[in-house]
Amino acid sequence: TLAERTNLAGVRHILLVLSGKGGVGKSTISTELALALCNAGKRVGILDVDLCGPSIPRMLRVQDSAVHQCDSGWVPVFVGQDKAIALMSIGFLLERPDDAVVWRGPKKNALIKQFVTDVAWGDLDFLIVDTPPGTSDEHISAVEALRPYHLLGAVLVTTPQ
Amino acid sequence: AEVAELRARLRAVRHTVLVLSGKGGVGKSTFSALLAHGLAADETKQVALLDIDICGPSIPKMMGLEGEQVHQSGSGWSPVYVEENLGVMSVGFLLSSPDDAVIWRGPKKNGLIKQFLRDVDWGEVDYLIVDTPPGTSDEHLSIVQYLSATHIDGAVIVTTPQEVSLQDVRKEINFCRKVKLPIIGVVENMSGFVCPKCKNESQIFPPTTGGAEKMCQNLNVSLLGKVPLDPQIGKSCDRGQSFLAEAPESPAMLSYRSIIQRIQEYCEQHHFQEEKIM
Repeated sequence: TLAERTNLAGVRHILLVLSGKGGVGKSTISTELALALCNAGKRVGILDVDLCGPSIPRMLRVQDSAVHQCDSGWVPVFVGQDKAIALMSIGFLLERPDDAVVWRGPKKNALIKQFVTDVAWGDLDFLIVDTPPGTSDEHISAVEALRPYHLLGAVLVTTPQ
Repeated sequence: AEVAELRARLRAVRHTVLVLSGKGGVGKSTFSALLAHGLAADETKQVALLDIDICGPSIPKMMGLEGEQVHQSGSGWSPVYVEENLGVMSVGFLLSSPDDAVIWRGPKKNGLIKQFLRDVDWGEVDYLIVDTPPGTSDEHLSIVQYLSATHIDGAVIVTTPQEVSLQDVRKEINFCRKVKLPIIGVVENMSGFVCPKCKNESQIFPPTTGGAEKMCQNLNVSLLGKVPLDPQIGKSCDRGQSFLAEAPESPAMLSYRSIIQRIQEYCEQHHFQEEKIM
């Protein structure tokens, strides 16, 4: 099948981290989940589809990294003590960290599709997808692009109020 | 023609303030609601609160207006009034159930925002406050574009002290500069917590890189004030009550009052300068 011959062919499970509400800890939880799974011996990747406010690079202390291309697409940034977590974020594509990504929906959708199909993830047990708040372009596009693959499900994060 | 239509509708709006962040969950809606209540405390002022967070509209609940619906009349949509001089509009009022998800792509969101500006009969307004969702995307581009038909006094940018928030807020400041939106200043929310029992102050969100103060210095923007974390604020929001009315003497309220005053002064001065030019 097409799915088998793609960059996500070696990914066993995909997990979306969602909220609706901003600032409840989606990125924090995504990061901690990845680190915990890694600690348990799993191969983990994080796809950060928050294009306006990408927090994951800083949380994993790789905010100054850059991404490279290979034959199958982008090579993710490898983080962690033993470089065991693979990460892709728009944060790595910005010229300056304070540059605002002021894009309307269609441009955001195009990049998210690319992040899903054009990153050479390799073999992963878990791909965690961190999302921005809301139920809009990024969420619709991420789910649409990921649907042909092993979409495990969503973890929803909230605070008590 | 579109711009002319918007200009006509917004002609009677004296001051417009956008409340932005970049980061989610820092207190934009909370601050917008408080600003609206604070300005409307002067009964001679007419205040309008427009919530353009289409996916996560918090304003109806915070203003105690859940379950209200929008009525149409010959002159357009009627805002929902909290007080005689405080009208509110939000997508929240258009949903059949509060849990209905609005799963719209950019263009549809833009369409509704335009309708909010074109079809709502705000009447004569002294202050139009626009609450926004986090980010720098469709909603933000559209509101700046549509409001160019009138004028925007400026943006109030809300943050919390930690670097993960400031990181997004710096982008928002750059967005404002890119679209030539004046920045009235920055509000640092959740800035310290004073225990009601032992009175010790804790930093729940430690400003590891100097907080909003350092960021404002570096980027040459005004720090309007710092507001401490007060559980009463969240409670008031959940209950749809005005924190201003519930806890008028609390440290948080004293900070808010000073910030609101600075915003008013900025707007009045801006208006005066515009009149001079005209």
